[in-house]
Amino acid sequence: MFDFFKFFSKEESSSKNIAKERLKLVLIHDRANVSPKFLDMIKGDIMKVISDYMEFDSDEIDIRITRVQNEDSDYTSALIANIPIKKMKKIGKNPG
Amino acid sequence: MGEVYVITSGKGGVGKTTTTANIGAALAMEGKKVVLVDADIGLRNLDVVLGLENRIVYDLIDVTEGTCRLKQALVRDKRFDSLYLLPAAQTRDKTAVSPEQMQDLCKELREQFDYVLIDCPAGIEQGFKNAVAGADKAIVVTIPEVSAVRDADRIIGLLASNDLPYPQLIINRLRIDMVKRGDMMNIDDTIDILGIDLLGVVPDDESIVVSTNKGEPVVADGNSLASKAFRNIAKRLEGARIPIMDLETDDSLMDKLKRLFGMGKK
Repeated sequence: MFDFFKFFSKEESSSKNIAKERLKLVLIHDRANVSPKFLDMIKGDIMKVISDYMEFDSDEIDIRITRVQNEDSDYTSALIANIPIKKMKKIGKNPG
Repeated sequence: MGEVYVITSGKGGVGKTTTTANIGAALAMEGKKVVLVDADIGLRNLDVVLGLENRIVYDLIDVTEGTCRLKQALVRDKRFDSLYLLPAAQTRDKTAVSPEQMQDLCKELREQFDYVLIDCPAGIEQGFKNAVAGADKAIVVTIPEVSAVRDADRIIGLLASNDLPYPQLIINRLRIDMVKRGDMMNIDDTIDILGIDLLGVVPDDESIVVSTNKGEPVVADGNSLASKAFRNIAKRLEGARIPIMDLETDDSLMDKLKRLFGMGKK
């Protein structure tokens, strides 16, 4: 429900919003039943595979399981990998 | 044929037993024949909340082990003629009963009662498995706090894997003043996170403590907000379409004016 007076309040920093954000994050792990260590294992394997094709900074890689909304506005879990590329290796480029 | 509901939460201390007692009493007030089953073997409390602790002769384990007949173990409530309690054993533990025995028990109870409400113990182990084994439907009780909501989410997942995929939610102990300040998750926040249907909202109310002290359900006295909330929940279980109580109507005029001018603490 839209509340005009929310405009005047410090809505973002209220403790209930902190609670909500923390819960959302912790539930992603609970629901997927994965530990941070499990994600580290996935990250290691992905890095092994793509390192033949490109250069990247391993500290910059962000891998997580999150819930995304599909077209029917249902929530499903998704594995999101954000890997900034430094440089493509020759093998990955088109010849010529 | 009656329906078997399990009332569960994962986390302890969120008000499962109080909720079970009050929904049961409210359904009895509606003229329904109700039995409350305390499945918390070894840590029974439904008896003291209802004020029936001095009337217990036999318990649930006596029934499942065949020491007595079911009828002998049922304790009739002092105030409501159609409300009964099947107490838990206090000197045994959760392993004294099996999910199969609970299924048989629920089958027998549902033939005699309109509603069978099972008060589930906290946790996710044997006691939980026993409590959900014979249930047709589940009610999840939570309070708007991080730990309770997290555990409720876990329980919702476990209920789904125990053939109870559509539990209904009761948000207990909501503090209106804190919600207004933005210091407590509100009804929408909680539903948004848990993603199940809302059965009711019970405001935090001192009258609960007072009535529990006396050993009588809060619905028996009638005037408090919590009492009204529980009676609404019972009516919704009966199929009535009653909107969630507007919990902001107890505002003073001054609060309303302040909010009107944007001066109130949200």
